[in-house]
Amino acid sequence: MRTIFCETLVKHSIDSDFVFLTGDLGYMALEPLQKAAGPRFINAGVSEQNMVSVAAGLASQGFSPWAYSIAPFIYARPLEQVRNDVCIHDLPVKLVGNGGGYGYGVMGATHHAIEDYGILLALLNMRVFVPAFSADIPPIVEKLLKLEHPSYLRLGRDEKPKKFELPSYSPWRNILRGEGPTVLVVGPLAGEILNNFNELSPHDRPSLWILSELPVTAQAIPIEFKTDLKRSNHLIVAEEHVAHGGVGEMLSRILLLAGEAPRKFSHHCAQGYVSGYYGSQSFHRKESGLTAEAILKELKK
Amino acid sequence: MHFESGVGHIGGNLSCLDLLMVLHHRTMNENDQFILSKGHAAGALYITLWSLGKLTDEDLKLFHKENTKLSGHPAPNWHKEIIFATGSLGHGFSLASGLALAKKLKNEPGCVFCLTSDGEWQEGSNWEALIFCLHQKLNNLTLIVDANGLQGFGSTKEVAGLDNLTKRFESFGMSVEEIDGHDLNAIEKALTQNQKGPRAIIAHTIKGKGVSFMENKMEWHYLPLKEDLYRQAIQELDKS
Repeated sequence: MRTIFCETLVKHSIDSDFVFLTGDLGYMALEPLQKAAGPRFINAGVSEQNMVSVAAGLASQGFSPWAYSIAPFIYARPLEQVRNDVCIHDLPVKLVGNGGGYGYGVMGATHHAIEDYGILLALLNMRVFVPAFSADIPPIVEKLLKLEHPSYLRLGRDEKPKKFELPSYSPWRNILRGEGPTVLVVGPLAGEILNNFNELSPHDRPSLWILSELPVTAQAIPIEFKTDLKRSNHLIVAEEHVAHGGVGEMLSRILLLAGEAPRKFSHHCAQGYVSGYYGSQSFHRKESGLTAEAILKELKK
Repeated sequence: MHFESGVGHIGGNLSCLDLLMVLHHRTMNENDQFILSKGHAAGALYITLWSLGKLTDEDLKLFHKENTKLSGHPAPNWHKEIIFATGSLGHGFSLASGLALAKKLKNEPGCVFCLTSDGEWQEGSNWEALIFCLHQKLNNLTLIVDANGLQGFGSTKEVAGLDNLTKRFESFGMSVEEIDGHDLNAIEKALTQNQKGPRAIIAHTIKGKGVSFMENKMEWHYLPLKEDLYRQAIQELDKS
C-alpha cells in the first residue's frame, strides 16, 4: 500500500497547501515523494512529539500536512500532541501509520498497532480510514485532502486475491454475497477471508462486508447492510484491533440502541500475545482467531 | 483578577508580565505571532491582551469563572491572538516552530515568539523542538525563557539541575542572550536585534515580581490570594 500511497501523494505534491513530514521513516518507499515535494517533504527526525505539533502549527496556517511513521509511533508516542494540538483545535492534520494491526509481525509488540483507532477515536473530531486494498488508497487520499478535520490513515499490506474484481471504493462494501451470517471485516484482513469464502458456494458462505471509515455512525450504515443483517440475524465482526474501542463495540452499541441487535453476535479481534511467542502477521492473526478458518470453524459449531 | 477568582499560579504570571507587555506593546507587529507555552500564565496573557484593547473589562471579570472563555489555561478556537490552547508543558515551542516553518514555506514576513517557563525544559519534546528549529534554520523564531528559577515543588536547580540552560542551548548550536527579565529596555533591545537563526532569550525573572511576600517564594506557584494579602499586594504595587 505504501507504493500506491506514495504515487498518489506525488500527484498532489504540487498543491500549494501540501506538506509531508516523516519521522525518519520511508526509506526505499517515499523517495519519489521526497523528490517531487522538495522543501515540502520534511524529515522531522526521530521526534514524533515535535513532528505532530509542527504539523498542527502548519495546519493552523492553512497547510494540509501529512505526518508519517510506523503506526504506533504516530499515535501512541505523540498522543498528547495529537489530542491537544491537533484534535482540540480540529485541525486537518493527516496522521499516517504504516503497518496497522500486527503488520510488523516478528519485529515485535512495540511495532504493532492493535489499539490504534480505538485510542484515536476517543479523541475529539478524529476520523479514521482503514483501506482494505491498495486500490482503496487513491479514493481515500482524495477524501482526506478534502477533510477539514484530524484524520488517521492506517496502512497495511494488500492481500487481495489475484483474480478477484473489486467493487469500487465506498466506506461500506458488500464484496461477496452469501446466504450465511453477515461478516463485517476491517482492513486488509479482508483479503484472506475473501479468498477463502470465495471458494464456498453462495448457500454455504457468509455475506462478506468491508468497512473502511470510522467511527461507525448510525447514519452511515447502509440500508443494504441492515437488510442483510436482518436476513441473517447473525453478525460476525473481524478486525485486527483489540475489542475495546473496536468496530465490534461501536457497531453493537449502535444496533442495541436502535433495537436492531441480531440474535447472534461474535467478535474476532486481536487478543494480544496469546502464547507469549512472536511471529509473522499471520502467526499473530491465527493466535487471535483472525482467520477465515477460525470464522468458518465457529459456524460449524 | 486572580484574587476575585480565588485562583493560584500568580507567581509565574507576575514573573513574565514585563516580558509579555514589552513583547506585545513595543516589539510585535501585525505579521508576528505569539505562543504562550507556559499556559499557566494565562492571566498575564489576558491582561496583556486587555491592555491592547483585545479583551474587555467584562471579559476579565469572568476569568476562571463559570461560562467563561478565559479559562485557567488558554482555551482553543475563540481568540485570534490565542492561536493554540496550551497548558500541558512542552508543546508551545514545537507549535511555534510549525508557525515559523509555515512562514518560511509561504515566504511570508513576520516573526514567531514563544514564551516557555524554565522548569518546562524538563520536557523532552522541547529538546526535540530545539533540534528541529535549528536544523530548519528558522531565523524567524525567538524563544523566550521565563527563568524565575522556581517550579511547582522546588527550584529548577534542586529538581533537575537546570541552572545552566544557556550552556545547554549553546551546545545545541542555539544563539543565546541572557537579560534581566524585568528591565524593560533590555527586553526590548534583545527582542529587536537581528537574528541569523533561531535564538533564545533567557530572561532572568523573579517569581511573584512586585509583591514582597511573593517574590522568589515557591509556594506562590500555586497559592490563591486571601483578602488581607491581596490588600497588601495592591498597596505595594500602587506605591511602586
